[in-house]
Amino acid sequence: MNLALNWIGFQTLVRKEFIRVIRIWVQTIVPPAITMTLYFIIFGNLIGRRIGSMDGFDYMQYIAPGLIMMSVITNSYGNVVSSFFGAKFGRHIEEMIVSPMSNVTIILGHVAGGVIRGLLVGSLVTVVALAFTSLKVEHPFVTISIILLSSVVFSLAGFINAVFAKKFDDISIVPTFVLTPLTYLGGVFYSISLLPVFWQKVSLANPILYMVNAFRYGILGVSDIRIGYAYAIIGLFVAGLFGLSLMLMNRGTGIRE
Amino acid sequence: MHALSIRNLRKIYPNGVEALKGIDLDVEAGDFYALLGPNGAGKTTAIGIICSLINKSAGSVDVFGHNLDKELEAAKACIGLVPQEINLNLFDTVQNIVLNQAGYYGINRREARIRAEKYLRELRLWERRKEPARNLSGGMKRRLMIARALIHEPRLLILDEPTAGVDIEIRRSMWEFLKETNEAGTTIILTTHYLEEAESLCRHVAIIDEGKVIENALMSNVLRKLQRETFVLSLRDRLTTPPVLDGFETMLRDDGDVEIAVDSKRDLNELFALLSNQGIAVSSLRNKANRLEELFIRLVENKQSVQLPEKD
Repeated sequence: MNLALNWIGFQTLVRKEFIRVIRIWVQTIVPPAITMTLYFIIFGNLIGRRIGSMDGFDYMQYIAPGLIMMSVITNSYGNVVSSFFGAKFGRHIEEMIVSPMSNVTIILGHVAGGVIRGLLVGSLVTVVALAFTSLKVEHPFVTISIILLSSVVFSLAGFINAVFAKKFDDISIVPTFVLTPLTYLGGVFYSISLLPVFWQKVSLANPILYMVNAFRYGILGVSDIRIGYAYAIIGLFVAGLFGLSLMLMNRGTGIRE
Repeated sequence: MHALSIRNLRKIYPNGVEALKGIDLDVEAGDFYALLGPNGAGKTTAIGIICSLINKSAGSVDVFGHNLDKELEAAKACIGLVPQEINLNLFDTVQNIVLNQAGYYGINRREARIRAEKYLRELRLWERRKEPARNLSGGMKRRLMIARALIHEPRLLILDEPTAGVDIEIRRSMWEFLKETNEAGTTIILTTHYLEEAESLCRHVAIIDEGKVIENALMSNVLRKLQRETFVLSLRDRLTTPPVLDGFETMLRDDGDVEIAVDSKRDLNELFALLSNQGIAVSSLRNKANRLEELFIRLVENKQSVQLPEKD
């Protein structure tokens, strides 16, 4: 592999993705900020006052890390799935396919785009959260590494969804029927210790639970799961989804006849 | 050296359609090569395989000695593609489209900007560089695709019907540009349905039909094979029946013009002498069809190659 060529190719993809996110900021940045503001007002402020504290924190403080993580997950996923599928649909994906840029670079460039949007929106949601409550980062390394790795996982998942998608409906099925339920059931709004034992065990099969709790541990210092497990599971997902993405690209699934 | 060498290339689509039935093709470096064939003949499939957009079923492809299976990156770096369908990111600006393409080929931003200006100016798009591609006309989009394909200065430029739907003035300016590009050393492979275009630009021609190469030779040799040409004559005085001319096949058209088939062994002087003897005055003469078009139709209809005097 020509490293110099691929490095310039990667930079080009990242620049292109960043420009895309900024160009359509009304679609990419504003809606999640508004949605999360509503969550903070309704769940955090209005309903949260009646709930009281959870794991020793105000309900607003408790849900803030989960809501930040939720926005990062959905926006990382959404960015890559719509950008890559858009390129397939408009056929300008051929610009990349005919070039000598490697498939690894194509995947990493799109993942970087997803991470950039995820972090941009996550930062904005954090600012919104700080308007409602105070947050003190207990473990900065855990906070940053978990948010980055989780963003990579869902960028890769969005990439795979886009590879298989044949029509626009196909890029909304997974977010609607898989991603949203898993996120809501992933401990964003509650501690799984509130659930019956059976459902606690079922919840442990949800990878988003580990991301939300590890991120909450990074900010608040409390978690329902062990942080080591979270890193292991997120690491496995990164490796597995990257391997699958590369295999699909090398085969030309959904891209080449 | 061969710019492109194809051996026994086959493609069977998942639905069972055999688009390519084992084609062999060699294109010399520096050549201007026409790849012709009716719709569905397999031209675009062949180009798709050469450019890695379509997986082949069997066979081998070498681009400037780089085998597609073994040295894909090096082979891809040699090729510039102008596809048949518009495949631009219509929301991106003209300049960003070519700059991004340069980046995908490992050209740094500073050099890419210099080249972008050069090619966008040459293709008369520089003034529109800051506009999104969706604002461009059809002809401009096609020119932008050429600029995009040239930004990494490929040794082999493949154009799949680049002038489809383009008006005659722009088409001719594109021909001039392609001629200059070829004279500067770029090998060009062109597919087109405008056979006049192929005849005026290309030195070699291959005709593909039903997944097989049915003709492959120098353009001049191919045209020499044309045994018979049909001319349309406008007469000063309208006839009611076709003229009877010894050794020439004639037909009276509805518009009053006369179609005359002239065998390659006969010459036009003979024809005019016969017409003159019968007091028929000719006010104008034109080919019924472009010469290559006539041969193309005959080859595709016959589905067989005509013996060539010699092969280059």
